[in-house]
Amino acid sequence: MEAFELLVYGFGVLLTWKTLALMMLGLVLGIFVGVLPGLGGPNGVAILLPLTFTMDPTSAIVMLSCIYWGALFGGAITSILFNIPGEAWSVATTFDGYPMAQQGKAAEALTAAFTSSFIGSLVAVLLITFLAPGIASFALRFGPPEFFSVYLLTFCSFVGLGREEKHKTVISMSLGLLLAGVGMDTVSGQLRMTFGWSELFRGINFLVAVIGLFGISEILLTMEERLALRGHAAAISPRVVLRVWKEMPRYWVTLLRSSVIGCWLGITPGGAIAASFMGYNLAKRFAKDKESFGKGRIEGVFAPETAAHASGTSALLPMLALGIPGSGTAAILLGGLMVWGLNPGPLLFVEHKNFVWGLIASMYLGNVVGLVLVLSTVPIFASVLRVPFAAIAPMIVVSCAIGAFAIQNAMFDIWLMLVFGIVGYVFKKIGIPLAPFTLALVLGNRAEDAFRLSMIGAGGDMRVFWSNGLVGSITTLALLLLFWPLLSAAWDRVRRQPT
Amino acid sequence: MSAAPEEQPAASPAVASSRSVDIAVSLVLVAFAGLLAWDNWRTGMSWDSTGPQAGYFPFYLSLILAGAGVYGIVKELAARRSASEPFVRREQLRRVVQVLIPTIAFCVLMQWLGLYVASFLLIAGFMIWVGRIAAWKSVVTALVFSIAMFVTFEIAFDVIMPKGPLEHLLGY
Repeated sequence: MEAFELLVYGFGVLLTWKTLALMMLGLVLGIFVGVLPGLGGPNGVAILLPLTFTMDPTSAIVMLSCIYWGALFGGAITSILFNIPGEAWSVATTFDGYPMAQQGKAAEALTAAFTSSFIGSLVAVLLITFLAPGIASFALRFGPPEFFSVYLLTFCSFVGLGREEKHKTVISMSLGLLLAGVGMDTVSGQLRMTFGWSELFRGINFLVAVIGLFGISEILLTMEERLALRGHAAAISPRVVLRVWKEMPRYWVTLLRSSVIGCWLGITPGGAIAASFMGYNLAKRFAKDKESFGKGRIEGVFAPETAAHASGTSALLPMLALGIPGSGTAAILLGGLMVWGLNPGPLLFVEHKNFVWGLIASMYLGNVVGLVLVLSTVPIFASVLRVPFAAIAPMIVVSCAIGAFAIQNAMFDIWLMLVFGIVGYVFKKIGIPLAPFTLALVLGNRAEDAFRLSMIGAGGDMRVFWSNGLVGSITTLALLLLFWPLLSAAWDRVRRQPT
Repeated sequence: MSAAPEEQPAASPAVASSRSVDIAVSLVLVAFAGLLAWDNWRTGMSWDSTGPQAGYFPFYLSLILAGAGVYGIVKELAARRSASEPFVRREQLRRVVQVLIPTIAFCVLMQWLGLYVASFLLIAGFMIWVGRIAAWKSVVTALVFSIAMFVTFEIAFDVIMPKGPLEHLLGY
């Protein structure tokens, strides 16, 4: 019950007027960002990060994570009312959510989406509360080889489990790792890959890259598609809410299944997008009448939303316990930790108790308040979509520029942001995934340091990565995941041979 | 342009196919990887008495990047020609340029006019000329947004932005 006591302590940290106000502000901004097409969780968090630079870390993370929860909620509004997923992970929500809105059941669909999101997050937060401290204290015994093997596992699982073409994931990841290495080498102090360009001496800032890759490139993509917005109106009455809630326990199997899928894919870097589709597909597979899916079935809203939120929330578990983000947004929050002067990793639980437990407590409170907020304010946020995109696009560009400049007060970063914006646009269009790039850029230096320290400690002997049971099994698992596509293809061929 | 029947009758001609852009990007990446590999080789990519040198890790990464790029080129070249979709249509490219050019102009102007004045110009201009929204609405929106940003960042959160003559005139 130690976790429980610490959680109560966390609520104590949280319950000040200032923090609560920031929490509300974060939620509202987050829902706003989630509703806008062309902006989402990672973009919103990246663009609004500069607001937090002058705050103390606890207030900052509470506000930022609330932006994230808000964006998760907001994504569902556009999917259901406008058939436009505000986020990639709400694509699966449109399958049944939009038909429900067409049938005049928009309020039911929205209530179902918000409530199931809430349940998904709640399961994930409970998992974080009771699991993260244990993992962190276990990880305190890690040396450089163990850390390197965990980084390797993260990178390899992206390649092995990702849905994209493998070589594109490899391109994205190696490019991210390379750009992370630009500038001063932390071990030897030598300059690398700067080509004598003084602006590059301090390296390529992770957040600048993220703002360009996610913010600017999304604007370009959204302009290209020219969204025509035609949506259904909705206001949620308490009666509808109660009716949906009464119906909910009937779907407990779906909710539970989706939560488990979500948590698993969130901790491993499978991500919320994969989780939402998997949750939906499994609900469909196990349903008695498969035909009714896609035609406005409430279960088709419960399943993907629960999974997406469970995944989005549990992605913070490895970030808190090990300093390894489970998603793009978690990677940006990790970048934030470094800006606020915290060192991500297992020591966080020991050295910065208020920070960690304040954050965990804010996950509970943020989700409850977020649920009430979205249920009561849907019409306001839905009207945001009627604002012409020609007004929103330049405002987002300005916010991106403010964000990029504020990080290091450098004009060079603005140009870098533009370059990354164009790169992100092209990459997205030809199917090079951006999440591995983001992860590699934020973890690159630490992965390299862990590798070099292990090598120095072992005198250059690669066998150090198999020197004990723990590090050996993680490294082996990483390599298995890396070659998983090849292995499973080979296995298929062997099995098919006799017939 | 492929001979395949178009889904949308009004679709404008493709500027480039996904396949050719894919190959072009891979070529650029391979060249970039080569450049980085050379630089890291120069920095030192082997071992010395203290362990791996500074260029060791990035050198091998650039080899991996180059390898993945070459694989991508070979794969695309081997793929069937007709399978390719358009990367971007002329109509789409026009809209992308419509937002890209003002964004670049905004970044250039920011250096002399300061961020807030440049943002006013960007928003008002974009709304009037690209969005075809009434001029007074556009100017009011841009003014309100720019002032709100100024109050939020400059006054409330102490985040310093590039400033120009107007802000100096006002004493900031």
